[in-house]
Amino acid sequence: MSSNSHEPESFAFNAEMLEKAKGYIARYPAGRQQSAVMPLLDLAQRQEGWVSRAAMEVIAEMLDMAPIRVEEVATFYTMYNRKPVGKFHVQVCTNLPCMLRGSDDVVAAAKAALGVGFGEMTSDGLFTLSEVECLGACVNAPMMQINDDYYEDLDAGSTKTVLDALKRGETPKPGPQNGRQFSCAAGGPSTLTELTFQTEKA
Amino acid sequence: MLRDSDRIFTNLYGLHDWRLAGARARGDWNGTKELLAKGRDWIIDEMKNSGLRGRGGAGFPTGVKWSFMPKTEGPRPHYLVVNADEGEPGTCKDREMMRFDPHKLVEGCLIAGFAIGAHTGYIYIRGEFIREAQHLEFAIEEARAAGLIGKNACGSGWDFDVHVHRGAGAYICGEESALIESLEGKKGQPRLKPPFPAGVGLYGCPTTVNNVESIAVAPTILRRGASWFSGLGKPNNTGTKVFCISGHVNKPCNVEEEMGIPLKELIEKHAGGVRGGWDNLLAIIPGGSSVPMLNKAQCEDVTMDFDALRAMRSGLGTAAVIVMDRSTDLVRGIARLSKFYWHESCGQCTPCREGTGWMARMMQRMVTGDAELSEIDLLEEVTRQVEGHTICALGDAAAWPIQGLIRTFRPELERRIKERQDKTQAA
Repeated sequence: MSSNSHEPESFAFNAEMLEKAKGYIARYPAGRQQSAVMPLLDLAQRQEGWVSRAAMEVIAEMLDMAPIRVEEVATFYTMYNRKPVGKFHVQVCTNLPCMLRGSDDVVAAAKAALGVGFGEMTSDGLFTLSEVECLGACVNAPMMQINDDYYEDLDAGSTKTVLDALKRGETPKPGPQNGRQFSCAAGGPSTLTELTFQTEKA
Repeated sequence: MLRDSDRIFTNLYGLHDWRLAGARARGDWNGTKELLAKGRDWIIDEMKNSGLRGRGGAGFPTGVKWSFMPKTEGPRPHYLVVNADEGEPGTCKDREMMRFDPHKLVEGCLIAGFAIGAHTGYIYIRGEFIREAQHLEFAIEEARAAGLIGKNACGSGWDFDVHVHRGAGAYICGEESALIESLEGKKGQPRLKPPFPAGVGLYGCPTTVNNVESIAVAPTILRRGASWFSGLGKPNNTGTKVFCISGHVNKPCNVEEEMGIPLKELIEKHAGGVRGGWDNLLAIIPGGSSVPMLNKAQCEDVTMDFDALRAMRSGLGTAAVIVMDRSTDLVRGIARLSKFYWHESCGQCTPCREGTGWMARMMQRMVTGDAELSEIDLLEEVTRQVEGHTICALGDAAAWPIQGLIRTFRPELERRIKERQDKTQAA
């Protein structure tokens, strides 16, 4: 049974988001403004944390779409949250490359650290834990995404460290958690060691 | 081994400045105007002669694809669309190109756009790659401000602009016609082909859809010449390729190597070898989750290219090498992939919508052996009912790993079923 009690009466983009929305709409040819439905749903979610029915209606109006067409898009793509999520959306990949590198341990550590299961939010509203499909960081597996950032090369310990830091209000450094240089082999590259470039500054 | 001087993605590991100044120092945007001045036919011929085959998985020759576009622009504008919806399990190469070498992609968009007569390009990047999209947007702004794209791009007389479009977590949008639907603001459900995008693509207009890597290598190919690229690799499988080596290796990594490198050499030279040594190898998925796995014997001598892997009834796919050692629960691994395809089926075609769920549920029972021996054949039969009966290749991709498992590791499935039956009888 689904409840609509979390659905707000109304929605309006704030000034900053409205400006961004106009920028997105301008990326597409005249008359093709429907193409902006995905970026606008993303903006609504960035503003509210999720996509409400009221937000979809506003977007439909802005893009001259039938509301059902917006809802179709909002429900087809998994990144749009159709109900509120925690301040930190912790999404753990359990697909094969992560599984092979120990995502079971990451899942167990995340569940233990947060005290919730997949699809659940902590009672303080700080975290929602989700299981997700491949996030495209397979040579840095296992990994999880938290809001806009990837945390990679995890194990049970570093998973707990990252989540504990967030609980304390800190922002742990994204990327590999084992000291690696991105997707370069641990311990240093086997290639790209002979090149120097002319006028470079970091 | 490929020499560093023949590597295209010189900032693959993010050791250097990814912004315009750093990109220029690495040779990007060097003489772009002069390349464009040689004309569309020269560019397309050069791309054909280079032998570059599309890097998104299908391996269709990029120059040939470009030549399918109408020679002159009619009433319908032409579009370039870059497929950056990287999501094939095992694959994580486009991500590094976009965040550390974004100017290679932007410059490639201009050149490809010019060659196919497009004034507008869209880069459709998977929604989760938020930081990567930010780097791309930044690079595009830099290029615009420097006059490299926009009106009279690079002083070439050609107007060209490119925009980033973020997806939102649907694997199926990596299929080019689903991607186009999504870019039009709809559910990402594949279209029937024909018509192909070169005739009827984005907004019903002629459109070329290319993978990130295919576009990003184009400027270097044109600068160094088709013969340089075609001199690397093997005939019909030319050039360099970024490989993603994940799973049970000592040092998982991305690496750019020559096409046709032996699989064993690739793993031992760059990924520190199989965990526990080569003899501890069980199986490898050589090209992303959608291609059938190889057993150890097949891995001994196979080379990493389209033709050699096809001859093994597998494929190069996205060149995402997933290594599994003898500790792997292979049945569980393939069951996990089945769950993935079930989750990602767009629901348009009945055999895939229903079949992926069937296969995933049956695979789950195979993991614990909670099945009858005859159900192995039944499962195989279901995969045949899905394969080839859907609009796009997702149904095939869901069927093949299971077929590969049954073909190569049937005794293991039987062992689990018998073991469970024995236990149940004993109880």
